[in-house]
Amino acid sequence: MRAFLAIYRREMAAYFHSPVAYVVLVAFLLLTGYFFYAGVSFYTLASLQVMQNPMMMELNLQDHLLAGLISNVSVILLFAAPLLTMRLLAEERKSGTLELLLSYPLSDLSVVMGKFFAAWSVLTIMVAATWVQIFLLAFMTPLPWVPLAVSYGGLLLMAGAFVAFGLWTSSLTENQIVAAFAGFLPLIILWAVGWAAPLVKPALGELLKGLSLGTHFQGFPKGLVDTADLVYFVLFIGLFLFLSIRTLEAKRWKA
Amino acid sequence: MIEVRELTKRFGATVAVDRLSFSLDQGEILGFLGPNGAGKTTTMRILTGFFPPSSGQALVNGHDVVEEPKAARRAVGYMPENVPLYSEMRVEEYLRFVGGAKGLDRGLAKKETGRVMEAVGISKRAHQLIKQLSKGYRQRVGLAQALLGDPPVLILDEPTIGFDPGQIVEIRSLIKGFAGTKTVILSSHILPEVAATCSQVVIITQGRLVAEGPIELLRAGRQGGASLKVLLQGPQEALTRLLQEVPGVEGVACTGTSPHLEGACYFTLETEAHGQVAARVAQAVVAAGHGLMELSPVSASLEEVFMQLTTEEHASGEEAA
Repeated sequence: MRAFLAIYRREMAAYFHSPVAYVVLVAFLLLTGYFFYAGVSFYTLASLQVMQNPMMMELNLQDHLLAGLISNVSVILLFAAPLLTMRLLAEERKSGTLELLLSYPLSDLSVVMGKFFAAWSVLTIMVAATWVQIFLLAFMTPLPWVPLAVSYGGLLLMAGAFVAFGLWTSSLTENQIVAAFAGFLPLIILWAVGWAAPLVKPALGELLKGLSLGTHFQGFPKGLVDTADLVYFVLFIGLFLFLSIRTLEAKRWKA
Repeated sequence: MIEVRELTKRFGATVAVDRLSFSLDQGEILGFLGPNGAGKTTTMRILTGFFPPSSGQALVNGHDVVEEPKAARRAVGYMPENVPLYSEMRVEEYLRFVGGAKGLDRGLAKKETGRVMEAVGISKRAHQLIKQLSKGYRQRVGLAQALLGDPPVLILDEPTIGFDPGQIVEIRSLIKGFAGTKTVILSSHILPEVAATCSQVVIITQGRLVAEGPIELLRAGRQGGASLKVLLQGPQEALTRLLQEVPGVEGVACTGTSPHLEGACYFTLETEAHGQVAARVAQAVVAAGHGLMELSPVSASLEEVFMQLTTEEHASGEEAA
């Protein structure tokens, strides 16, 4: 536990002592800020039209504004996460500090968990920063707080899945660029693989939807919690943390 | 304290360490010698648990490095070659992190950090970024992290590289100070350093053990006979004849005249043993009325022993092939 905390603290310090966390955070806030501005403007326009034309359908803040914003945030997270996780193990392997770290009486588990939670915390801080926008909105209109909380819970689970996957790709190589790309590509495919479901045989379609990050995330922005989705994300995180530990171990034997 | 039995490590087709066995008692300082690529670092990495051996066994403080990795690693302070450190951290911050990673609680980690910074002389640099430190200071930080937590065994890979001569003396005396309390393995190319700090040596080449034992034993054992160097004044032929008749002297060679003393000549004597022979030579020369200006035993330097051992092994290996 002490080793875990030491590693967690060191990783957090490494993020915030270097420009990495700030650059990613600023880029993230600019992007989400833009989407927020565009979304709210469009929603305002649409509201005006609804008021003038009673034949148009009723607008709902969660479904027609917030859900879209949350989905945008999740996609931006997909790109931010590998940039934050790529250095976690690859850098240590390259610079040789891993050799020293592994000579201490600590378990591979505490190394992996310390790094996982540090990167997850940075993403959590980023996600939390978007609440500035939520509070701005709260001045103008009453907000559906419960669905909103569910959405953000989903975002954090999603971020955890991205981090676990990125940590694993970082454990595979000593090249950070390779780790980042090996993080992006499968995540994008896993994100979108559910879209192919209507085009293939029903059985295969179900499988694709079952594997897809995007499909399992869909419910959260609407404020829906499905146990299957929760289990999916927990298993996803667990699987890639487990693989990271095993990779660390396997690299010792192969070294 | 440290026991290595039939240790072998293969990397694909290459054998980095080949059935290496040696042991080391508590409180001893072992010099781990060998040419580049001999397998020193590989052996040390196995002892610190970075990777397991292909076969054979290594025990640290009674714990097998593969079976009980945590217990074995708890007993070891390791300083790798080139000292990889987190360059964006500050010295004190880094050492506290190491304390935590080694499982010390916060209070103890803080105390230990203060102690080791004092021990290696980096207290004044406590708040400096590691990347701004000179090589010598980085090396000290490396030594400090090894000492943190007061492990009974220290494994130091090329510990004095990067130091200037004054610092080398300082670090050597620091390491020498561990004798009797800590068990130390240090690898080095620098033979006088090993001679100055170590009580035991292990010499390996191409992954195989070529010599093991106390430094003195190694020197004497490899030498065969002994030799004496004398500077005498008198006629050269008469002196040669006289020296040849001294019991225990097996060969006499005149190796040149002295540049400072008129009519004085250096002789190298091959003898069977030191002590008695030297006394007899002195007596004979003085009794015959010649001048005895200098008499000194010549012992094989560690370099000679080292070269002899590592090249012999190499040659015999080639013959076998």
